[in-house]
Amino acid sequence: MIDFGFYLTPSSTIDLDKVDRKAVDDLARADSGIRTCIACGSCTASCTAGVFADTSVRQAILSVLNGRNEKARELLSSCMLCGKCMMVCPRGINTRHLILSIQKYFDGQ
Amino acid sequence: MAKNIIIIGGGPAGMEASARLDALGYTVFLVEKEKALGGHLARWDRLFPEGKPAGPVLDSLVGNLGNTKVLLESDVLSLNRLGDSFRISLSSGVSVIADAVLLTTGFDLFEASKKEEYGYGIYDHVVTNADVEEFFRTGGDPRIDNPQRIGLVHCVGSRDEKAGCRNCSKVCCATAVKQACELKAKFPAATVYCFYMDLRMFGRGYEDLYLKAQKEYGIRFIRGRVSEVSERIDKTLQIKAEDTLSSTPLRVTLDLLVLMAGMRPSREGTKVAKMIHLATGDDGFLSSLDGFGGMQATSIPGLFVAGAATGPKTLPDTIAEARAAASLIHEYLQKS
Ligand SMILES: Cc1cc2nc3c(=O)[nH]c(=O)nc-3n(C[C@H](O)[C@H](O)[C@H](O)COP(=O)(O)OP(=O)(O)OC[C@H]3O[C@@H](n4cnc5c(N)ncnc54)[C@H](O)[C@@H]3O)c2cc1C
Ligand code: SF4
Ligand code: SF4
Ligand code: SF4
Repeated sequence: MIDFGFYLTPSSTIDLDKVDRKAVDDLARADSGIRTCIACGSCTASCTAGVFADTSVRQAILSVLNGRNEKARELLSSCMLCGKCMMVCPRGINTRHLILSIQKYFDGQ
Repeated sequence: MAKNIIIIGGGPAGMEASARLDALGYTVFLVEKEKALGGHLARWDRLFPEGKPAGPVLDSLVGNLGNTKVLLESDVLSLNRLGDSFRISLSSGVSVIADAVLLTTGFDLFEASKKEEYGYGIYDHVVTNADVEEFFRTGGDPRIDNPQRIGLVHCVGSRDEKAGCRNCSKVCCATAVKQACELKAKFPAATVYCFYMDLRMFGRGYEDLYLKAQKEYGIRFIRGRVSEVSERIDKTLQIKAEDTLSSTPLRVTLDLLVLMAGMRPSREGTKVAKMIHLATGDDGFLSSLDGFGGMQATSIPGLFVAGAATGPKTLPDTIAEARAAASLIHEYLQKS
C-alpha cells in the first residue's frame, strides 16, 4: 500500500445493524444471564484475575450484545473460573456457566 | 343541609375523591372540561406493572360516583372566594357556591414535536407512548406497520433543561418497559431496544417487569440518550446514541421509534390556580402546603389538591392522594 503519511482508523462506532442476533439468541438459550445482566460491575470489581489482566464479565456480556465477539473472548481469556463473580452478582447469574457458554460458543466457530 | 364540594378535573383523582365524599353524604359537583370522564386513564390500554386492562379500572371509578353531579364540557370561567365559601361559574352557564374546592386537574402530556431532533410529526414512523396505547386500544396506526426493529426513547421532555423540564416524569420508565414487551409480543420477530439514561423501576412489581422484559422478551437495554434521528429515503430511521456502558458511539436502523413523552403541568389547571391565587412551583405544578403532612392542603383554607396536578404520579399514588384529600376535606368541613 502506498504510504500517504496519514492513516484512517476504522470507525469505532457500534453498528447494531451488523450484530449477529443469532449469536445473542443462541447464547441466551444456553444461559439467560447474557440478557439479565444489569451492568452493575460487581463481577469486574471482585474478579481475582482482573488484578493481572483485563477480565470483566460485565464487559464481555456487553461486547457480545454489541457484536464484539472477539473482545468478549479476550476479556474472558484470563478467567480462572474461580466463581467469585457468581458470589457477588445481584441478578443471581451463574456467571461461571455463562463464561463457559460464551467460550464454548465462540471456540466452536 | 348537606355541604357542597366542587371538584375540578374528572380524571382518576377527581373521580376517586368524588366517590369518597359522596359516600360521606356531601353534595359533590365534578367539573370536567372534556366530553367524558376518565382523564388520561381513558386513553391507556393496559397498565404497568402487570399489564392489567385500563378499562375495568376506569369503569369501577365511574361506577362508584354515586350521586355525584357530573358537569361535562364545562370550562371554568371564574373561581373565587366569598368569605368562607367558593363561587365557581362555568362555560355551560352553571354557577355553584361551595364550602370546599378540590383541584384534580392532572397533567398534560409533553408535546413530543417540541423535541424536533426526534422527528415526531415529521418522520413517518415516530410515535409517542400515548400513540402506542391508542394503537393497542383501537388496533390501527399507519405509522406502526409491522416493524421489525423498534426503539423506545426514555425521558422525552423530561430531565431535559432544553425542553424546560428538569424533573423525572416517574411513570415513563415503567411505561417504556411495559410497551417494549407488548410490542415484542405483537411483533414476535422484532428486535426491541430501550434507550435509557437511568432506569427508574421503583414500584412494587416493577423490577419483576424489568427482569421479564430482559429474560422473556429479550429487550435490549442501552444506556445512552438518543441524540439524533434522521429518516432515510426508504422511511427507515437512523438513530445515533452513545452506549455509555462501553463509552462507544452507537448507531442502529429502526422501523419504529417510540418517544416516552413526559408529564407536564396541565395548562387548564394552571389557569384555574391563577384565578384563585394558588401558587405553582418552579416546575410549574400546583403547590401544596408542603411535601409531607400537608400534601393535599394548600395555602388557601378550604382549597385542596390531589393527583398529578401537583407533579408526576402513578395511578396508585393518585388514588391514594384522592382518598387522603377526601378525608382532609371531611375533617375541614366538620370543623367549619
Ligand atoms: C403514557 C402514560 C402511561 C401511563 N400508564 C400508567 C400505568 O400503566 N399505571 C399507572 O399507575 N399510571 C400510569 N400513568 C399515570 C396516570 O396516567 C396518572 O397517574 C393519572 O392519569 C393521574 O390522574 P389525575 O386525575 O391526577 O390526572 P389526569 O388523568 O390528567 O386527569 C385530569 C382531568 O382533569 C381535567 N381538567 C384539567 N383541567 C381542567 C379544568 N380547568 N377544568 C375542567 N377539567 C379539567 C382533564 O380534562 C382530565 O380529565 C401513565 C401516564 C402516562 C403519561
Ligand atoms: S470466575 Fe473468572 S471472571 Fe469470575 S471472578 Fe473468577 S476469574 Fe474473574
Ligand atoms: S455482577 Fe452480575 S449483574 Fe452485575 S455486571 Fe456482573 S454479571 Fe452483570
Ligand atoms: S421515569 Fe424514566 S423515562 Fe421517565 S423521566 Fe424518569 S428516568 Fe426518564
